[in-house]
Amino acid sequence: MPSYGIEIILNRQLADCLSVPVFITDTVGNLIFYNGPAENILGTRYEETGEMKVETWGTIFKQKDDDGNLLPPESLPLVRTLRDKYPYHKTFWIENMNGKSERISVTSYPIIGRSGDFVGAVAIFWEARDL
Amino acid sequence: MKISIRGVRGSIPVSGSDYEQYGGNTTCVVVTESDWMLIFDGGSGLQQFNLLENTAIKRVDILLTHLHLDHIQGLGFFNPFFDPDMEIHIWGPKSNTGTLQSRLSRYFSPPLFPVSFRDLQCKLIMHEVENSGFEIGPFKIDSRYVIHPGPTVGYRVSGKNSVFTFIPDHEPVLGSLEFQTDKKWLSGYDLAFNSDLLLHDAQYTAAEYIKKPGWGHSSMDDATRFAEIAGVKHLLLAHHNPQHTDNKLNELFTELKSRFNYFFKYELAAEGMNIELP
Repeated sequence: MPSYGIEIILNRQLADCLSVPVFITDTVGNLIFYNGPAENILGTRYEETGEMKVETWGTIFKQKDDDGNLLPPESLPLVRTLRDKYPYHKTFWIENMNGKSERISVTSYPIIGRSGDFVGAVAIFWEARDL
Repeated sequence: MKISIRGVRGSIPVSGSDYEQYGGNTTCVVVTESDWMLIFDGGSGLQQFNLLENTAIKRVDILLTHLHLDHIQGLGFFNPFFDPDMEIHIWGPKSNTGTLQSRLSRYFSPPLFPVSFRDLQCKLIMHEVENSGFEIGPFKIDSRYVIHPGPTVGYRVSGKNSVFTFIPDHEPVLGSLEFQTDKKWLSGYDLAFNSDLLLHDAQYTAAEYIKKPGWGHSSMDDATRFAEIAGVKHLLLAHHNPQHTDNKLNELFTELKSRFNYFFKYELAAEGMNIELP
């Protein structure tokens, strides 16, 4: 299997150094890396799970609005980035498989290398703050 | 395939009696097979190479890994540029900030250099590469971006029966707490895997690297680990630190060998070295 391009590799190495949860996907949303802080959200360890198909990791938590309504996937930043190849940001609630809810902000951006090719996406989860 | 090492010094040329064993010229390697010639990087080692003595060759391909000065400073003194019968192809990494020719012309123009591109007498053809595959004569060549400041590629050259990989400037461990052993996540792995010969950056000692993360270079320890993971048969440690004299390099290499017992051959690259691959 060929190795990832350096745009993906360097994003992982940056994620490794950060204290905020970072998720890196390929162009269709398969989770190819998540860092230590992200392990706390997923409840799994990258060393144990390795990469995860989009159908698997996409169901680990539910996304809800302030009124508790489920958010459609197409409104989520990462899904929009994968579709449009643009960065997005949104604050919402996530509920993990244990039923624990947390209000978070998510920033997503596309990984577009020197060649101009879209090679993946990154989602960063922040502790939600009302500014 | 014959590999001729013309320059292995990193960053800046050095000279004097302390540098006679490994040489003081910056990066340049010449690869020949079946009357075809490839030149990898145009460091100061290129100036020693007087092609006009060999009139049979009318085409030269120069493959640049990147445009840092220590990899192009020999270009201006390469005689075939001034031969109207010569066809020279320059291959180099694509960038978003300008064409290969426009970026190289910063060097080929005053005040840095008195001769500009338009003054060259050869037929000059530019080729921009990225994560590419292409052929030159009998050679099949793959280029991949590798971790180093600015657009930088490494090259994998497949000849009739053997493979040579050239990654003189490379920092695969950048930002990592430990060496990445998962091949999918290792910069340069695709280029180096199962190579018969790999020339790789080994500018620093492990202690020196700790003080210079992000400068784009590897330690000797990391270069040998990279070669081990990639299944390389023969490793040339190159891009020697200009502060490392012959005695210092010998001392460092002896110490390196005392700590690691790899099953592949590895040695310090030296100017003037010639290696024949089957």
